[in-house]
Amino acid sequence: MSAEAVVARPRPGILTRLRGWLANPWAQPRALAVFTWLYIAWSLIPVAIAVQFSFNAGRSRSTWQGFSLRWYISDPDLSVLHDPSLRMSLIQSLRLAGLTMLVATPIGVALALGLARWRGRAAQAANFLMLFPLVTPEIVMGVSLFLVFTYLYDFIPLGTWAQFLGHVTFSISFVVVIIRGRLFAIGRDYEEAAMDLGASQVEALRRVLLPMLAPAIFASFMIVFALSIDDFVISQFLATGAETITIPVRLYSTARLAPSPALNALASLMLFATLLAITMAGLFLRIARRRQAARGGSAVQDLARLEF
Amino acid sequence: MPKREGGVVGEHRSLWPALAAPGVAWLVLFFLAPFYAIFAVAMGTIDPIFLQPQPEWNPYFWDPSAFRDVFREIFTGGALGDTFVRTIAYVGAASTLCILIGYPVAYYVARRAGRWKGLLLLLMLAPFWINYLMRMLAWVNLLDVDGQLNRLLVALGLLPEPRDWLAGHHETVILGLVYGYLPWFILPLYAALDRIDQNVLEAARDLGASPFKAFLRVTLPLSRQGILAGTVLIMLPMFGDYYTPNLLSGSPRTRMIGNWIDFFVNSTVSAGGQGAALTIVLMLFVALLMVYYLVSVARATREAKA
Repeated sequence: MSAEAVVARPRPGILTRLRGWLANPWAQPRALAVFTWLYIAWSLIPVAIAVQFSFNAGRSRSTWQGFSLRWYISDPDLSVLHDPSLRMSLIQSLRLAGLTMLVATPIGVALALGLARWRGRAAQAANFLMLFPLVTPEIVMGVSLFLVFTYLYDFIPLGTWAQFLGHVTFSISFVVVIIRGRLFAIGRDYEEAAMDLGASQVEALRRVLLPMLAPAIFASFMIVFALSIDDFVISQFLATGAETITIPVRLYSTARLAPSPALNALASLMLFATLLAITMAGLFLRIARRRQAARGGSAVQDLARLEF
Repeated sequence: MPKREGGVVGEHRSLWPALAAPGVAWLVLFFLAPFYAIFAVAMGTIDPIFLQPQPEWNPYFWDPSAFRDVFREIFTGGALGDTFVRTIAYVGAASTLCILIGYPVAYYVARRAGRWKGLLLLLMLAPFWINYLMRMLAWVNLLDVDGQLNRLLVALGLLPEPRDWLAGHHETVILGLVYGYLPWFILPLYAALDRIDQNVLEAARDLGASPFKAFLRVTLPLSRQGILAGTVLIMLPMFGDYYTPNLLSGSPRTRMIGNWIDFFVNSTVSAGGQGAALTIVLMLFVALLMVYYLVSVARATREAKA
């Protein structure tokens, strides 16, 4: 018998209801429902307002003066399109995310395949090493990368290349986690069947396992793109000069000094790019699940699991 | 079918390490080596002419004096000591608030939301993909002297005149941390609550427990690991945070450890050694948290088996 069924009595008086609530505050989830929806509103409405004011016709970030694309394209000096510092950070973010996605995903997929099947003490150590970036605070990674590019790998200058190497480093582990989840669900049966039918290990990998992993690999591309575009700490520690400032770093340095709706517009563009990438990742993961005809659950739940 | 010895025909054992090699090499070069660089710089010396840190790569010559300076400052109550106490207080307050707000939300979405569960889960996950800095920017706008929050509070008569929320107030920073990290607390807790078998709860009810008692004696203990995982997950980045206090206050009164590290490493040349030493102290904190977490997970697993 579920808890809800127990309390479904016909219209009790207010006193009875109060007494019932005191005796058992968990039976009526209405208060919980209100609390949860309030939380959702609190967590999302500020961002919605920030996006709204990126479309403001006036200069204010708190008085609505009508809809316009002024801060995106039309203002000749201050819009994202025409202000060189804003435009440059948009380009830097997209360039870095694209590059990181193309390099981190293949390395991560190979590492996931290797770690899933490789046995022994060395494999355990490698696995441990892979997990570490996931639990290291970003500031520690930022400081360590800054110091290593300043004092040890001083042939790699701080700036775009250092930022790219840093982004790939923290992205690899996420790819491994995503791909390993799919590998676990697929199991070894298909591979072994292919090999029983005469395929070599490499053939089985290339013609059976990789096609089965394809949707998860595409999802990884998208998620790495989103992770890289969202990164702040490592980008900031490794930035030098105006052309290496990414969108989050620009938001950080300008939000208090010279805020304008154009900054909101820049932030909103980043939000749209991330949401597009994540929606696509969700769709790919859904395809992966469908193909597998596995147990219930949704792509959203897949994404929920992927976070840690 | 007869079992074959030594696995399947055509298996190359060396394929798997070969596939893992590029990733492992990358992590050694760009994760492990940089990690070592922190120690080399913290235990190195300062160049007397250019005042630049000279990293010492050989552990035999390590000189822990930068360390000693940092520890002395922390424990003799200098500016760094104050910052330490403040950081712990902020992280403690923010984590407590996260538990108080996050538990009811995770509980409702995981166990009571019914047909709204899918939508709520989607909305609950949305903040993960909204940039942290953008979420803070949203609050910088709202909390402005001229911003919407002041207008609302003045219009409602709750404030006689607009307040400058962004001028170094502890509560602004703590609420900013809660706003920023709460989604990361809710998610593992949601997963733990979602996993609880409804049959266990029904058994408790059948055996005469009131729903409240069933919650207290069954649901809460079964979700303890989720609370712990969520708390550790948010405490790790909170200890290293510097952007939240900087954006929402910017005053020395609300400085956290991360602000000092950021300052030592990014804004000065000569204090790189202190920055590195402070980073190591931060890592010790984080490692303690992780060890506590891993030990309690191991204990829970052992108890579950016994």
